[in-house]
Amino acid sequence: MASHGIKDQVAIVGMGCTPFGEHWDKGADDLLIDASNEAFASAGVDKETVDAYWLGTAMSGMSGMALARPLQLSGKPVTRVENFCATGAEALRNAAYAVASGAYDVAMAIGVEKVKDSGYQGLVGAAKTPTDGTGRTLTAAAMYAMCAPAYGKKYGVSDEEVREALARISVKNHYNGARNPRAQFKKEITVETVCNAPLMAGNLGVYDCSGVADGSAAAVIVRAQDAHKYTDNPIYIKALSFIAGNCSGNADPGYDYTWFPEIHASGLEAYKQAGVTDPRGQIAMAEVHDCFTPAELLIYEDLGFAERGTAWKEVIDGTFDLTGDIPVNPDGGLKSFGHPVGASGLRMVFECWTQMRREAGEQRQIKTDKRLALSHNLGGYPGEMVSFVGIYGPDLG
Amino acid sequence: MGAEAARQALASTDARPTAVWFATADPAYLEKTNATTIHAALRLDADVTALDTGSAVRSGVGSLLAALRSRDSILVVASDIRVGLPTGADESAQGDAAAAILVGDDTDGPVIAEYLGGAQRTEEFIDRWRTPGDPRPRQWEEKFGEVKLLPLTAEAFDAALKDAQLNVDQVDIAIVTGPHTRAVKGAAGRLGVKKVADDLASAVGQSGTAHPALLLANALEQAEPGQVIALVSLSDGVDVALFRTTDAITQYRSARPVAQQVESSADIPYGKFLMWRGMVHVEPPRRPEPDRISASVSGRSEDWKYAFVGSRDRSTGALHLPPQRVSREGGAQDEMEAAPMADVRGTIATFTIDRIAYSPSPPIVFAIVDFDGGGRLPVELCDVDADSLAMGRQVEMTFRRLFTADGIHNYFWKARPVRG
Repeated sequence: MASHGIKDQVAIVGMGCTPFGEHWDKGADDLLIDASNEAFASAGVDKETVDAYWLGTAMSGMSGMALARPLQLSGKPVTRVENFCATGAEALRNAAYAVASGAYDVAMAIGVEKVKDSGYQGLVGAAKTPTDGTGRTLTAAAMYAMCAPAYGKKYGVSDEEVREALARISVKNHYNGARNPRAQFKKEITVETVCNAPLMAGNLGVYDCSGVADGSAAAVIVRAQDAHKYTDNPIYIKALSFIAGNCSGNADPGYDYTWFPEIHASGLEAYKQAGVTDPRGQIAMAEVHDCFTPAELLIYEDLGFAERGTAWKEVIDGTFDLTGDIPVNPDGGLKSFGHPVGASGLRMVFECWTQMRREAGEQRQIKTDKRLALSHNLGGYPGEMVSFVGIYGPDLG
Repeated sequence: MGAEAARQALASTDARPTAVWFATADPAYLEKTNATTIHAALRLDADVTALDTGSAVRSGVGSLLAALRSRDSILVVASDIRVGLPTGADESAQGDAAAAILVGDDTDGPVIAEYLGGAQRTEEFIDRWRTPGDPRPRQWEEKFGEVKLLPLTAEAFDAALKDAQLNVDQVDIAIVTGPHTRAVKGAAGRLGVKKVADDLASAVGQSGTAHPALLLANALEQAEPGQVIALVSLSDGVDVALFRTTDAITQYRSARPVAQQVESSADIPYGKFLMWRGMVHVEPPRRPEPDRISASVSGRSEDWKYAFVGSRDRSTGALHLPPQRVSREGGAQDEMEAAPMADVRGTIATFTIDRIAYSPSPPIVFAIVDFDGGGRLPVELCDVDADSLAMGRQVEMTFRRLFTADGIHNYFWKARPVRG
């Protein structure tokens, strides 16, 4: 019994991604049509060419019919998947495995979320499972807020230094988003703006939280050997790892809120699949799940981009900037690109696709001397989360 | 409050009741029994009866006397939230409280105060009243009630002394209480008892249904062996009970004495008080209101939800909150034993203030609590000054109402910093 991965067995040959934002004039159906049209065109296929579909949505529709009806797919298998905020990555993973198995020649993974129809500013949970009322009522912001003081205490970093590092993450992501026409917030901000924003939970303010946006993203997937039939610049899947945590962090006093064991483990698994031995030396860029600034800080260390206890310093030194050693969230991340739950996992892959094909534009294009890009998508909270890591590259081997 | 008082009463003795009687003039539910919630929080056996008395203030002291005259071991819980409109005399003179007294005989456990006898007088007259749902109690002109109550008090007190075969000089201390302040004051002066107990009017306020039991508990916490205590309650008539403390009182230690609670009390802003009372409506966080809880899910998790019982893996000792069937450590399945955690203290591992979560009293202060001897739970804190909170602070568990939806109260446990 072992996990083998599907390195270089499948390729992404077309992608689409709508602008993320408050689309008051578009529903989930419109967003799905927009993203799939762009992806079809990008791969030079139509909806009939695609043999099977995976739809990722956490709260904007139930069943495969949520895609089959708006696209008017006829006689196609459509699977709806959900895995919290990692729903988009889950759609990609399942579509990729279907192609790798030989079951289908062409598959589409598409993610969507229409979150701005609830009447509330933040995310409103979809699942209405009857409960005994004893569950935690804390918001996600508050759960992630607990990581900041825990990190500072463990590594002897002052509250002010942690605050500055978190603010720098937000500033960086806004800087990148300001250079991305598809981003929700295309505006640069300053450290002062972040630090003086109204508090949401703990010491986290509005600018420490990701944007709540509507949007959709899609990928067309084929076997690696067929890739050049569709595009001259395919992106090959090197690794897809996924872990659903057992929620032990909030039950086991051994967990200290300064790291995410699920992310660390899914990172190691992805590196094993892709043959990565030196993440910082081999990975050109990463899209990570910066739902709240402390998440991005801890992820740097969990994925081996920085030594434990040093990421706060590396952020301030610019390691993760567009021109840094390893640019993180060059598209603006959840923070400024926005976070339509079911679409985010595929939006991250869209940026890997764009950057590694050198299509990001002068303002935002990173160096691609290193030949791998990574996307990290999580769902849940410190102590209880699901985590996905994917690695992609333009070269076989 | 009733559940908390009941927990404290049972914490000071090994005796267990065969019935729980719950008296309040402000019940959380009508139709449904409220005492069953206390029964569940105490994790009493199914053959222990749970019964509500109540609606009238007199039901608290009345239940106590009825219990004293029965042959059963009865936990009498009297609890009250005192209502009244802002700026009114009721609002300033009254206070919320709960008290629980376990009544039984020598076969149940050590008796700390022996019931010597008592008497009651009843008469129909309109002194103080409130229609259901109205937050405002009303009162007839004070002198009328006084004229009615004073003679009844004299009669009942004499009859009680006779019942107990005592004369007034043998009574060491009298507890005189009731919602009618003027009549209570007049009655206390006329009993002829050498000492009248502090009625806690300034420290707690008149707590209605709870007050007779509260004052009795306070007196017993300070009493010496062989003291005779008279409990005299004026409300729609008069109830008198006479007790003599036993030698066992020297062994009695209250889990949280009344005086200590008064000592460690803190101020709350008037605005917050009015908000809790529903007298002012404040802007809630812009989040959906919680859904009602499921009766059947709650029924399946009765021990966890109401009594805070987790599960402990017999082989590894790993503690699970909430209880699990499969162990986090070692993976053993269905090898768990019940782990009652309500009386176990914990330490704050980390905490945060949530300004956007829904709460009847925002903002929510939440902590990750690590329990002594194992187990962790993210749990809401209460009775907390967020500014003075720190990692490492000790907390204890307390039974609370989290919210109400569709008329169903969601009871569960919160953690509160250990005081003093």
